[in-house]
Amino acid sequence: MSTVHTLRIDGKDVAGSDGATILEVARENGIDIPTMCHLDGISDRGACRLCMVEIAGSPKLAPACMTRVAEGMEVTAHSERLLEYRRAITEMLFVERNHVCAVCVANNHCELQDLAEDLGVTHFDLPRINPKVEVDASHPLFAIDHNRCILCLRCVRVCDEIEGAHTWDIMHRGLDTRVQTDMGLAWGDSPTCTSCGKCVQVCPTGALFEKGRAVARGTRRPRPFLPWMRVVAEERGL
Amino acid sequence: MTRTIVIDPVTRIEGHSKITIQLDDRGEVVDAHFHVTQFRGFERITQGRPVHEMPAITARTCGICPVSHMVAAAKAVDDIMAVEAAPTGADLRRVINLAQVVQSHALSFFHLSSPDLLFGFDADPARRNIIGVARENPGLARDGIAIRKLGQQIIEWLGGKRIHPPWIVPGGVAEPLAEETRDRILAAIPEAIAAAQRAIAWYKSDLVRWEEEAATFGNFRTAYMGLVDREGLVDLYDGWLRVIDADGKPLEERVDPRRYAEFIGEAVEPWTYLKTPYWKPMGYPDGIYRVGPLARLNVAERTGTPLADEELEKFRWRIGRVAGSSFHYHYARLIEILHGLERIDQLLRGPDILSKHVRSRAEVNRHEGIGVSEAPRGTLFHHYRVDDHGIVEWANLIIATGNNNMAMNRAVLQVARQHVRGDRLEEPMLNRVEAVIRCYDPCLSCSTHALGQMALELELRAPDGTTLDTLTR
Repeated sequence: MSTVHTLRIDGKDVAGSDGATILEVARENGIDIPTMCHLDGISDRGACRLCMVEIAGSPKLAPACMTRVAEGMEVTAHSERLLEYRRAITEMLFVERNHVCAVCVANNHCELQDLAEDLGVTHFDLPRINPKVEVDASHPLFAIDHNRCILCLRCVRVCDEIEGAHTWDIMHRGLDTRVQTDMGLAWGDSPTCTSCGKCVQVCPTGALFEKGRAVARGTRRPRPFLPWMRVVAEERGL
Repeated sequence: MTRTIVIDPVTRIEGHSKITIQLDDRGEVVDAHFHVTQFRGFERITQGRPVHEMPAITARTCGICPVSHMVAAAKAVDDIMAVEAAPTGADLRRVINLAQVVQSHALSFFHLSSPDLLFGFDADPARRNIIGVARENPGLARDGIAIRKLGQQIIEWLGGKRIHPPWIVPGGVAEPLAEETRDRILAAIPEAIAAAQRAIAWYKSDLVRWEEEAATFGNFRTAYMGLVDREGLVDLYDGWLRVIDADGKPLEERVDPRRYAEFIGEAVEPWTYLKTPYWKPMGYPDGIYRVGPLARLNVAERTGTPLADEELEKFRWRIGRVAGSSFHYHYARLIEILHGLERIDQLLRGPDILSKHVRSRAEVNRHEGIGVSEAPRGTLFHHYRVDDHGIVEWANLIIATGNNNMAMNRAVLQVARQHVRGDRLEEPMLNRVEAVIRCYDPCLSCSTHALGQMALELELRAPDGTTLDTLTR
């Protein structure tokens, strides 16, 4: 029998089993914490930092997706400070690449767009970087537009952990970081890609899309349509 | 000596432009230029984008006629996929394109030009606007607003939104037509047709006043170009390019629009960002031609819808088989509104219009594609080249207003010669110059693919190049 911890999130008394993350327990109790890199069914990375929360007694913020609950924890998931940070992070996600919602395949189906709307990001104070990045449309079914990639790495994890192909990975560092297929081969030349499309399904923005989709005609269904991800995750104890 | 006269309210054209008028030693007008002063570069920014995005990206050239760009772009991508749009998809594209023409023509005629016609070119600018029209002739204003509203509503009902509807896609349209949408449009058409007929009746009764003005209002000999269908009728979506000379003699009876580059050259002038297309067989600058409503009615045999054909017959009886004065663009625009409404009605009564098969699907099968359609202001060309994976490598757009560039310059010169004397610019003169430009309903943001506010600046120059007078709006 696993131990159950009692704690408070935003003043609400909640309980979570040993090993559960703050994010899981919060969501089970109807407390929404914004996330971008997290996806139920694949491992967490704590990369996007949107789920940062305050824990009483700790001077540092902690990512809710990576922090296990503990007995008597006092968690603040929503505060003015956290909102400011989350807005700043969202803004940085936008200015780092070239996001033009109006002509994006994911317009109105985009998690980044929804996030900005939810957090009230109405404009950018930071200068746009406007990097020159490429589109790889060499795969017969899918394409990747790095202009819209926020490096959440869901594609990398789903390809590795669920499909088992590990076609996707990352290359370079800092601002030059890119997701890549098979050590930098064109996607269409990848010997490992099974064309399963999982990466496209989990992409939160319009970075990965089915070729031939017109603008605002991308697909996004609720994630529970991916039950196999749940099954695999449970088997692996993720 | 330079003097700036600032005139408020702002003028009624779409985009930013400047006009210079050159005088000789005796103070007579020797030359005039219509300058379009900004640059946007859509042909460059689309490079590197997946070609399926082109309808949505190029639609952003304009908020007034996004549908026209989406239609031409989608047709160019159809060509790249080497498919024909699903027949019902093509008919639905026709309907939304006609709705676009109806709303844009209504904007041009009622909102922008009718104040000049109702009050005269010399009237007080404070009164000479759509609000003034609503006071003086409320029925006319109401009809104009109602026609424009219906055009915009049809676009919204079909495409989901009025501006930049993402419904027109390569291969056809994204969603089939719902029965209730069809019925809603059909129910609204008769009242709009009646409104268009009232406006035509008013215009015809008023036309007598302007016959003298029309004679020197951009009245000159040019060729005309427009799309016609198999029977030589007006076709705003597809067909063949027909080009006639000033006497109505065909220069080209039927050209596949994909061959446009053999016939149309694009000159670049240092004084404007608007490219200057010309009819290649006649060379530059002799190959001047006009497009748009007047040109379409000049090149076509008929419109193909009964009420509009009746009006076209009267138009030709009154003005001639080939109308040369730019003033008659207004009249032609009204007849096209009527035609558009009738044609929408015909198309929506087609037996297959509710078919669920509205989109053809294919991969990139060609490296090059050309899409041509008739936008409200004239023939619109989209031409793309893509790589093996469908990434745009090169694009060329010839915008309706661009086709009329030489004609607009010629028209400004004619009006300036008629009305400018000495070294002073007067308000009625400025308004006439503007009004002749307004006949072409130029969309400068489209035609340069340029961004800007509405403004017009007039400059009068002495032989030595010094500025005698400027007038800014």
